[in-house]
Amino acid sequence: MQPFTQLEAVVAPLDRANVDTDAIIPKQFLKSIRRTGFGVFLFDEWRYLDQGQPDMDVSGRPLNPEFVLNRPAYKNARILLTQDNFGCGSSREHAPWALLDFGFRVILGKGFADIFYNNCFKNGILPIALPGPVIDGLFQQVNRAPGMTLKVDLPTQTITTPQGEVIPFDVEPFRKDCLIKGLDDIGLTLEKLADIQAYEARRRKQAPWLFVEG
Amino acid sequence: MSAKTLYDKIWDAHVVRADGDVTLLYIDRHLVHEVTSPQAFEGLRIAHRAPHRPAAAFAVPDHNVPTTQRAAGIADPVSRLQVETLDDNCAQFGITEFRMDDPRQGVVHVMAPEQGIVQPGMTVVCGDSHTATHGALGSLAFGIGTSEVEHVLATQCLIQKKSRNMSITVDGTLGPGVGAKDVVLAIIGRIGTAGGTGYVIEFAGSAIMDLSMEGRMTVCNMAIEAGARAGMIAVDSKTIDYVEGRPFAPKGELWDQAAAYWRTLHSDPDAHFDETLHIAAESILPQVTWGTSPEMVTDITGRVPDPDAETDPVRQASMRTALAYMGLKPGTPMREIPVERVFIGSCTNGRIEDLRAAAVVAQGRRVARGVSAMVVPGSGLVKAQAEAEGLDRIFLEAGFEWRDPGCSMCLAMNADQLAPRERCAATSNRNFEGRQGKDGRTHLVSPAMAAAAAVTGHFTDVRELI
Repeated sequence: MQPFTQLEAVVAPLDRANVDTDAIIPKQFLKSIRRTGFGVFLFDEWRYLDQGQPDMDVSGRPLNPEFVLNRPAYKNARILLTQDNFGCGSSREHAPWALLDFGFRVILGKGFADIFYNNCFKNGILPIALPGPVIDGLFQQVNRAPGMTLKVDLPTQTITTPQGEVIPFDVEPFRKDCLIKGLDDIGLTLEKLADIQAYEARRRKQAPWLFVEG
Repeated sequence: MSAKTLYDKIWDAHVVRADGDVTLLYIDRHLVHEVTSPQAFEGLRIAHRAPHRPAAAFAVPDHNVPTTQRAAGIADPVSRLQVETLDDNCAQFGITEFRMDDPRQGVVHVMAPEQGIVQPGMTVVCGDSHTATHGALGSLAFGIGTSEVEHVLATQCLIQKKSRNMSITVDGTLGPGVGAKDVVLAIIGRIGTAGGTGYVIEFAGSAIMDLSMEGRMTVCNMAIEAGARAGMIAVDSKTIDYVEGRPFAPKGELWDQAAAYWRTLHSDPDAHFDETLHIAAESILPQVTWGTSPEMVTDITGRVPDPDAETDPVRQASMRTALAYMGLKPGTPMREIPVERVFIGSCTNGRIEDLRAAAVVAQGRRVARGVSAMVVPGSGLVKAQAEAEGLDRIFLEAGFEWRDPGCSMCLAMNADQLAPRERCAATSNRNFEGRQGKDGRTHLVSPAMAAAAAVTGHFTDVRELI
């Protein structure tokens, strides 16, 4: 996993609540057996006026000029500003893969759906939940100054605005550590193999029916 | 010993080790389908890792499978490759798979309880948000992403933080024509799609315990639509009777031992819940969604709401966007909204009891002119059971299509899709924009309400037809 420490980048405002993972990456792209190549299909039904298909050449597709990511100011956006319950619905990890592939490393919102939140950390994306008034304030600032940048610093858990305002944020210590070091958590768990085997031996005695297989 | 909730009991029994609030949790059953697993198997190969306990995993292709002319195989080469990749991965890593041509094949969340693969007290995961379904058996079941699919394959564990406990009690007696789907839609309408975020919900109360196992699965299935990590229901004799005799259920002495343990799987009387909600069963009427989120729901006697009456600006904007997408005007009575398509099936409502409830309404009636209706059984065994009961004849004589099992038009990953602006009464779980096809318009309802819409051509109070 790509580590994350600091990022200073353009923030794109996606002013909708309950953005679901079907909207982030529609179902037809889930047929891929790869982890990459989803970025050009991110928010496909909002971003393009035609119907997207896997493996199609996107260069000639008609863009929806109304959609925020199609505006020139947000071409290089790497921070996404959203409302509440972002990433609800399906568990598809293709959603964070598409966001990452597009270039997003930080998502700011009033809240996140549980599975999506989890999936972000597995892919080097930092989702930050902030109080409603803070998010509302950021939307106002970005709408006044499209193309505005924010500085996100994970070690100090702060976001700094161009005016120098510092916004603190919460992140669980374990997730923070994994993200900063880019740790593979399967490797971490396998270091505890002896614990897993001890549990299995104990459990096999307590609840032997769980180990009858086939 | 302090009083525990059902969730506390199952959680505690699966802690491998705890470091602060980071817990390594043991997983008893891992369900696998073709869409969220290929990158996980690829990850194992790249890291030269083997599955820790392949016999604890069970796989089935369901999202991409065709629901007609199954013998001809999958026409779309991209879909076909994904299903073949699952077949190859299961063969390579020694994982039991119910392939597309197996009579037991079906939607993973229909197949697994049916086979007795999921049992009370287990921890169950799947790369699929509707894994919450299995909480109906008194298990702790939740959806995971592909990285976690790989993590479970490699270690049989997950790194978890414990959720909070929520209890939702539905007491009383449901009225005629009101079922499990109406209960869960009414709950989501009450608490919202983020209302359960951070929680595991235990559904309780006489109206919940009076539901069949199929009905309980419908309720738990949509716990994710309320944002919850999982939904659960206490074990009772109905649960134990349901599991007994299924192919993968314990047998003989092990059965007795398991069943004795399962009877302890309920929340203690004094257990602490961080959040509680009580709903009177009598207050729940047949539900219909009007928007593009399951929380945008009303009952059949209601009207499409007016965004002008909403004071919260974010909610108001969501309502306007939803009504524009759905092509609906505020104030329209729900029963005057016409439908063009009807979909009966999915992991929410593709079980035998769902098909029976729809058949009661369809019997002796005809699908209305201009409506195309299809029934997609949740599994090959549900299909066979329905045919043994003659339900297929009822549907076919009424003008419904009778299909082969799979996820089908719930998420429209196969050929079963809505055309732009087509309006559908669906027994599935999500009415998101584009869910059933680009620009398609989905209204979530119960199987009985879907059948009622099919035979009348518009949403209809099913209580008038039964």
